[in-house]
Amino acid sequence: MPKRTIADVRINSLWCKRCGICVHFCPREVFVSGEDNLPRVRALDRCTGCRLCEYWCPDLAIEVLIDDE
Amino acid sequence: MTNKTNNKIAFVQGNEVCAEAALYAGAGFYAGYPITPSSEIMEHMARRMPAMGRRFLQMEDEIASLAAIIGASLTGHKVMTATSGPGFSLMQETLGFAIMAEIPCVIVNVQRGGPSTGLPTQAAQGDVYQARWGTHGDHAVIALTASNNQDLFEMTVEAFNMAETYRTPVIVLIDEVIGHLREKLQMPDPDELEVVKRLRTAVPHGVDYHPYLPREDGRLPMSDFGDKHRYNVTGLYHNMWGFPTTDPGVIDGLIHHLIDKIENNLHQITRYKEYYLSDADCVLISYGCSARSALHIVKNRRQRGMKLGLLELQTLWPFPAGLVREKCSGAQHIVVVEMNMGQVVHEVKRAVDHPERVYLANRVDGEFITPTNIKNVLRVIMGRGV
Amino acid sequence: MALQDYIRSRFFPHIWCVGCGHGTALNALLRAVETLGLDPSDIVMVSGIGCSSRMPGYVDFHTLHTLHGRALAFATGTKMSKPELTVLVPMGDGDALAIGGNHFIHACRRNIDITAIVLNNRIYGMTGGQFSPLSGPGVVATTAPYSTYDPAFDVMRLAVGAGASFAARGSTYHVVELQQLLVKAISHKGFSVIEVLSPCPTHFGRRNQQGDSVEMLEWLKANTAKLGSKAAEENPELITRGIFVEDERPEYCEQYERILEQAREG
Repeated sequence: MPKRTIADVRINSLWCKRCGICVHFCPREVFVSGEDNLPRVRALDRCTGCRLCEYWCPDLAIEVLIDDE
Repeated sequence: MTNKTNNKIAFVQGNEVCAEAALYAGAGFYAGYPITPSSEIMEHMARRMPAMGRRFLQMEDEIASLAAIIGASLTGHKVMTATSGPGFSLMQETLGFAIMAEIPCVIVNVQRGGPSTGLPTQAAQGDVYQARWGTHGDHAVIALTASNNQDLFEMTVEAFNMAETYRTPVIVLIDEVIGHLREKLQMPDPDELEVVKRLRTAVPHGVDYHPYLPREDGRLPMSDFGDKHRYNVTGLYHNMWGFPTTDPGVIDGLIHHLIDKIENNLHQITRYKEYYLSDADCVLISYGCSARSALHIVKNRRQRGMKLGLLELQTLWPFPAGLVREKCSGAQHIVVVEMNMGQVVHEVKRAVDHPERVYLANRVDGEFITPTNIKNVLRVIMGRGV
Repeated sequence: MALQDYIRSRFFPHIWCVGCGHGTALNALLRAVETLGLDPSDIVMVSGIGCSSRMPGYVDFHTLHTLHGRALAFATGTKMSKPELTVLVPMGDGDALAIGGNHFIHACRRNIDITAIVLNNRIYGMTGGQFSPLSGPGVVATTAPYSTYDPAFDVMRLAVGAGASFAARGSTYHVVELQQLLVKAISHKGFSVIEVLSPCPTHFGRRNQQGDSVEMLEWLKANTAKLGSKAAEENPELITRGIFVEDERPEYCEQYERILEQAREG
């Protein structure tokens, strides 16, 4: 398996409805609830690229960008 | 008319004529639910369509039947279903969908006595207003009828043509008598009657296609589901891409379009026949099976020198009010002959000057209205000499 | 194709409420379609009326938004008239099993190759929180202010009993599993029913002390178990997830092809 680097976790603030699912369920606690309840990535280095946040997001507002090395 | 020497002459019932005409017009898909007195249409289609490589489907009810043919119309087929009163009642919501979403389809209603289960095996013409106003909301609709096999063939083909031309459901409103009447049919040659093809868009792939933007001539070219243009179809008010909207301007434009595309083409949609009208001082107006008895008495009384004439309506909706007014302008008496408590008679009264000239000759007991029934009404109106 | 290529992004953010499970179900469905590598021009999505039925507006397929309960009837005509199309039908619980119940069982019986996705939120959301045939007893709804006493349908048993050749249940908490189930349901030749337990925080959660979307997903995590798992065996109260039936049976359109051959030969 090539080593995976998480390039970014992008949140589309226009689509996000602030349900908090990603903040609550991320197994690595990558997100925190920020200003106006918008999730914010607090620790990208903790992200394993499991994409669960992307899959759970009811607003299709999260994109996990992974570089395959 | 082309040379008819190669034509087949058949002795068939009206329901079979209707089915054969649909096949002639290019019906590629039929879905239905059996109901008396229309079932022979479906049975005929069940036998003929697979043999012609076309698609036939028996659904779980009439709601599903009309829904299924709409689903099939969108993949590019000409489609039909047939039913009778109770089934037609069930179809009303879906009929409204087809009107709103502008789906070409043909719905045959072989009328029987109602309301409710009524008289399943006997004739009536009580669904004229249901065809017009059965589904909710403002709309326009096309309904055609016929009084004999030859005309029924032509009107059924016309129904398909109008469905394609105006992108709308068209109702073929016949009755138990016409559906079950066996008489001669001279089968038209393959190219004898005009058959309107589905108009498909010329917009190439990758260019924005507007399924609900009428061309200058008012027609809306379609794109089949499965082709490259992907668009939305909905029963909600929608914009020219088919997406829902609550924009008052778009809503106003759409409702006007849905009505205007039919009402403004009244002249093109109107089909009728006339007998001895030029000098008639008593005009009978009739349609469907009732027109047979009306014609009989007109011909019979003409032999005695009485100036009776007949206007036989084949387009019931949009109602040809101008035609009726014109044809009745010189008449002392106007008698509407129909098998209901009075439906077309109201339209005639609204259409003509001096509506006090308009009378109703009807019969509503399930039996076919006879020339004697009409004669008895004429006697009351015109005196015992009739 | 990427996920973005399957959606009509100009209509986002979508109409659904904060934390609505239907968004997650759409998310899973798009990923299933992506996994299968389907061409959007080969897909027709047909829906009825309700929250679930707004899904077609957001996907860049051929889309048909019809009448309450009737989606499967429209879809049957579409599939039967052009069998090469992939036909997906998202439905709500009322849409599928109240007003549309008759069409549902007959679509199962025919075994026509359509994928019915029953988004079960146990409530009528679009009309403001009335109970549905999947609410079950003891639920508070606007039409059951003293709580429901109506038993619920078991969608899986109903689908299997009516003849669906594929039936599976997933949840919007178990998203990876849900994507896999959807891939199987869409690939399956025959009528597939997939029930998705999809929380409605606005109308169900709020009235029934189930909290917001996070709490409702926690509830799904705690109250469901994989079919055949030890947890499911030990606790029959848990709602089971997984594939309930996956049979190879004659598909309706293929059967019709035989009729066409038979009729041609006379």
